[in-house]
Amino acid sequence: MRVLLNLFFCFLKTGLFTFGGGYAMLAVLKDELTDKKKWISEDELINFFSLSQCTPGVIAINIATFCGYKLKKTAGAVAATLGVVTPSVIIILLIASLFKHIMENPNVVHVLNGVRIGVVALLCKIVFDLLVRIWKKNLKKGLSCAIFCVAFVELFFFKLSAFLVVLTAICLYGFDACFKRVLK
Amino acid sequence: MIYITLFYQFFLIGLFAVGGGAATIPFLFDLSRKYGWFSLSQLSDMIAVSESTPGPVGVNMATFAGFQAGGFLGGVVATLGLVCPSVIVIVAVSKLMKKIQSQEGMNSFFNALQAAAAALILFAGYHIAALCGDNVLNFAVFGLVLALMFVWPKSAIFYLVLSGMLGIALKL
Repeated sequence: MRVLLNLFFCFLKTGLFTFGGGYAMLAVLKDELTDKKKWISEDELINFFSLSQCTPGVIAINIATFCGYKLKKTAGAVAATLGVVTPSVIIILLIASLFKHIMENPNVVHVLNGVRIGVVALLCKIVFDLLVRIWKKNLKKGLSCAIFCVAFVELFFFKLSAFLVVLTAICLYGFDACFKRVLK
Repeated sequence: MIYITLFYQFFLIGLFAVGGGAATIPFLFDLSRKYGWFSLSQLSDMIAVSESTPGPVGVNMATFAGFQAGGFLGGVVATLGLVCPSVIVIVAVSKLMKKIQSQEGMNSFFNALQAAAAALILFAGYHIAALCGDNVLNFAVFGLVLALMFVWPKSAIFYLVLSGMLGIALKL
């Protein structure tokens, strides 16, 4: 029960500090789950993000469910998911019903603009760390480079969906595996 | 009962919107047309508020749309509807993953996927950066925060609060 409550509050904190889509919560989750609590390794966390692109639903919810299930099975999945959703529900209901004009307050706009820049900086740092880590441990450097470059072109030039990007990465991996088997 | 319809409609969105919060927008357009719970201009306000308030965008939009359609309870019911398919599908996927024995094969598979994840995160950052104006002050704050992360490691929340304070101090 204590772990469940812990999970709930951990994801509540994450939901509160997520601005934008699911990836914005990666930095907070890494701090909480990997560095502080040591519940989930950084590798697993990144894997959950990839998987969450392919399963239906909002990415942030999918990640919360994956992490919660890993720790405490179905009860954990429900606790983590409810946690990540709670701040949204409270804040949006407050804004929608009471503070209709809060978004026009200049001070609120300044804070939100600042936080957005912070999120971009956090994401850049994460990508930098991730690329360094992949490079250090990965034996298949060529394949990883190819997958990164293809994904980059798909996203920035062809504006394909995240789902398709993960799908091509899986295909490239499968193609590579088959090719090696044929060579043997 | 509007709550049953709301739950059902958002359950469908949760089940069929693959690829995150932005993927739910076309479904919300359909809802607007079909039920008239909210107008298209209200929908664009909802998107703007959801993008800039704390919490995942997809969840924020579900709560907002549910509130427009059925008040407080509507907001809660729509959010629960959106969440349910994710929980069911992922619990099933996690169970399946445990059954796969070859841990080594899984690891090399996920190693490959991480390269794609790096590009996806970079793109998410680019997407958020596009929402900020491209003036010198914004770049300076970005550079300062990024440099701080390398020389003075702190928690993510610390940097978010810091950049929020910089935002109000410098009137970004």
